[in-house]
Amino acid sequence: MTELLEMKNVNKAFSGVQALSDVQFHLRHGEVHAFMGENGAGKSTLMKILTGVYQRDTGEVLLEGKAVEYANTAEAMADGVIIVHQELNMMGDLTVYENIFIGRESMNGFLINDRDNVKRARELFEVIGVSIDPYAKVDSLTVGQQQMVEIAKAVSHDAKIVVFDEPTSALTQAEINELFTIIDDLKSKGIGIIYITHRMDEVFQISDRITVLRDGEYVGTVNTADTDKDELISMMVGRELTEEVKLASQVADDAEVVLEVENLSAGRMVKDVSFKLRKGEILGVSGLMGAGRTEMARLIYGAEQPESGTIKLHGEEVKIKSTEEAVAMGIGYLSEDRRRYGVLVEKNVAENTVLPSIEKYISKGLINDRSANKDALEYNKVVRTKMTGIEQVVRTLSGGNQQKVVLAKWLLRDSEILIFDEPTRGIDVGAKAEIYEIMQELADEGKSIIMISSEMQEILRMSDRIVVMCEGNVTATLPIEGATQEEILSYAMMRKEV
Amino acid sequence: MGKRTIQNPIGKKDSRFVEMVKSQQFIAAAAMIVLYFVFWIAAPTFRGVNVITQILNSSYYLAFLGIGVTFVIATGGIDLSLGTVMGCAALLGGRLYSVNGLPMIVALLVTVLIAVVFSAINGYLIAFIRLPAFVATLGTQMMASGFGQIISNLEKTNWPARASEPGGAFKNAFQITISGEGKNVNIPTGLILLLIIVVIMSVILTKTKLGRYILSLGSNYEATRLSGINVRKYQFYAYIINGVFVGLAAIAYAAIYTSITAGFGAGQETNAIAGAVIGGTSLAGGIASIWGSLFGVVMMSVLKAGLPKIGLQSQWQLFLTGIIILVAVIIDVRRNKASN
Repeated sequence: MTELLEMKNVNKAFSGVQALSDVQFHLRHGEVHAFMGENGAGKSTLMKILTGVYQRDTGEVLLEGKAVEYANTAEAMADGVIIVHQELNMMGDLTVYENIFIGRESMNGFLINDRDNVKRARELFEVIGVSIDPYAKVDSLTVGQQQMVEIAKAVSHDAKIVVFDEPTSALTQAEINELFTIIDDLKSKGIGIIYITHRMDEVFQISDRITVLRDGEYVGTVNTADTDKDELISMMVGRELTEEVKLASQVADDAEVVLEVENLSAGRMVKDVSFKLRKGEILGVSGLMGAGRTEMARLIYGAEQPESGTIKLHGEEVKIKSTEEAVAMGIGYLSEDRRRYGVLVEKNVAENTVLPSIEKYISKGLINDRSANKDALEYNKVVRTKMTGIEQVVRTLSGGNQQKVVLAKWLLRDSEILIFDEPTRGIDVGAKAEIYEIMQELADEGKSIIMISSEMQEILRMSDRIVVMCEGNVTATLPIEGATQEEILSYAMMRKEV
Repeated sequence: MGKRTIQNPIGKKDSRFVEMVKSQQFIAAAAMIVLYFVFWIAAPTFRGVNVITQILNSSYYLAFLGIGVTFVIATGGIDLSLGTVMGCAALLGGRLYSVNGLPMIVALLVTVLIAVVFSAINGYLIAFIRLPAFVATLGTQMMASGFGQIISNLEKTNWPARASEPGGAFKNAFQITISGEGKNVNIPTGLILLLIIVVIMSVILTKTKLGRYILSLGSNYEATRLSGINVRKYQFYAYIINGVFVGLAAIAYAAIYTSITAGFGAGQETNAIAGAVIGGTSLAGGIASIWGSLFGVVMMSVLKAGLPKIGLQSQWQLFLTGIIILVAVIIDVRRNKASN
C-alpha cells in the first residue's frame, strides 16, 4: 500500500534565508506522527507548504502516490488536507453550524437551508463522539469545545490528513483526554494525524512515530516505542556549536543584586516567577515559544500589571505601575518586534533616539534640537549605527541598525537595567556579532541585562547565568559553567503539573 | 517626508529648497493659489477685494477648526463632532449674551468652555476608555447637535452686529470696519491674529514636548508607550487643544457672521478635516503640519467663494468637497503604503 503522504527533499527560502533544506516527512494511513523541533526549526513552514499557505521552492509532495502542489488552503482542503490551528480561526459571533459549513452551506435555491446544516452538524458530532449544540455561538464555547468544532469541520471535509498545531496548550486535562479519544477514533478510520507539540509526555502517550527537525534540516524519524526523551532532546539540539560559548560567569557571586523578582504571577502566562539579576550580569532567559518570557518582561517593565508577587530594585520593593515609572527607575526594554514596539519607523534616527530623554533638552519650553541631535549622533556612534546621518528615516535602516537605534535610545536615557527581548531576531550575522559585542561591553560597564532568547547559541554565548521557563514557570536557574543545550531544552520542556 | 525617502532610499538628503517644494504643505499652498487664479480667470465677478474679504472671513473659523483637528489627526484620531460642537458653543454663548444679558466676556469664556467640555468627553472616551475616535466623536456629534437645539429652542441666536454695540468690541479682533463717505472699508485684523496663532501652534507641534509626544504616539502608539511616555495623557491633551480651537472658531464665526441658526455647524468638520489632509496631515497619524492645514482650509474657502461665481451653488461645493477629501485620502493612503 502506498504511503498516505510523502514529502521529499523539500526546500524553501524566504528572501535569501533558507528556512527548509531537503526536509523529509512521511505519514502512513492511520498513524499519529509527532513532529518536533525547537522554535524556528521549520515545523510550521513545512506544514504551511503541506496545506497550501506557502509553495515549496523545490522538492516533491505525494499524496497517496499522486504528486500535489497546492496554490492555496482551499485546494489542500479539497484534497482532505486540513490543519487545526493553535490559534483557532473561527467567527466567534456565528453559531457552531455556521462555522462548520461556511462557504459550502446546504442551499434551498437562494436561501440557506439551515435545518439541513444543523442536521449535518449533529451527524458530525455523533461521528466524533462529542456533544456540542450546533446552535451555540462559538464565543460561548470553551477553547476545548472550539477545538472539537474545528475537528468536526475537518472531518466534514473528508479529511485524509489532519495536522494539529500544539492543540493542547490551552486545554484542561479532561479536554486533553477527550481530544486523545477523538484522535484515536480518527486514526482507526485510517486518517493520518500530524501532531506538532513540545510536550514530551503527550508525544509518548499518543504518537506512533516521531520526526525531528533542527534549524530547517531533517534530523530523523524514529519509532516512538524505540526511543526516549533524552534521545529526542539530543536530536533536537544536537547541533555543533559553531560559535564560541561563555565558559565562566564574569560576575562575582556576591555582586550587588539590582533587581529581584519574587513570586510574580499574571494570568496563564506567568506563574510564580522568581529570579535575581546582579550588577553587570547578563541573565539569559531561555524557553520555547509561549513560555511566558515576554509576558514576564512586560510585567517588570510596567507595561502590564502583575496579579501578585513583588519586584525589588536595589533591595527596595517597588510598584511599577506604568512604563513611564519603569523608565524613570532606569529600566529600558528592547522588544522582539522592533517595528511594532521599538521604533517609530516614519521618524528619523534623532527623534527615535531622544524620545524618552526629551526632558533633558527642553529650555524655556522648547526642545533644543541642536543639542538633542548632538547627543543622538554621539550615542548612535557608540552603538555603531550605520546611517547616512541622524536625519535618516528609521524605516530605511536595516533591522540590525534599527535595533541599534533602540539601544542608543536606552543608553542615552542612562538605563541601568536593560531587557533585551530576542535582540538579534531577523538580524544579519555581521550586525548580530556587533550587538553581542555591545551587550558585553555594557555589562562590563556595570549595566545589568536580562536577555530573552530562543537561540541556544545566543544563550550559551552571552549569559552569565540562565533562567529557563516553561509554560509560565521558571523550571531552572543554571550557572553558565557546564550548561549544555540538552540540559536547557529538557528544562524548557519540563512542565510543572497544574 | 515619505515621498522624499522613497526617491532616496539610501537616505541621501535633498537640499532644503527641494525638500520644501516637494512637501505636501507647499503643494497645498500652490493648489490654493492656482485655484484662486482659475476662478479669477473664469469669473469676472470673482476679481475684487470683496471676494478676498469673503474668503478671509470664512477662513478664520475654518482655520481654527483645521488647526485644532490637526492635533487630533496627528494622534491618529479624528473628530467628527467639531462642527456641531462649534454650533452648540456659538448658540449657548450668544444666548448668554443676548437673552440672559450676561457680560460679553462671560459669553466668550463659556463659548470656549463648552467646546472644551465636549472635547474633554471625546478625549476621555478615546484615550482612557479606548473607544475608537470615529465612534466616540460620532456620539458627541449628535449630543452637541441635540444640546444646541435644546438650549436655543430652535431659534436663531444673535451676537452683536457692530463692534460699536455694547459687547461688540471683540469683533475688532477679526475685522475693523471703517465707515466713511457711503463706503465701508474692512481691515482684516483676523488675518494677523490667525498668522500669529499659526506660528505659535506650529512651534508647539514641532518644538515642544507636547507636540513631539503627540506626533510620536500617532506614529506608533505602543512603541511610544514602551519608551516610557504617558501616551494616554498626551492623547487626551490633543483633544483639549482641539476643544479650545473649536471654541475660538465659534467666536470667530460669531464675530464675522453675527447670527447663528439652530442647525449651524453640522458638516463643517468635513471642511476642517479635508483642509488638514490636503495640507499633508496624515490620517494614519504621526505626520502633521499646521501651515499645511492653514493652506488647506483657505483652499476650501476659495472653493466656497468661487463656485457660486461660476454658477455652481453650495450643493456643488458639498459634492466637490467629497471628491477632494477622497483624492486627498487616496494620496495619503498611497503615501503610507509606499512607505511600508
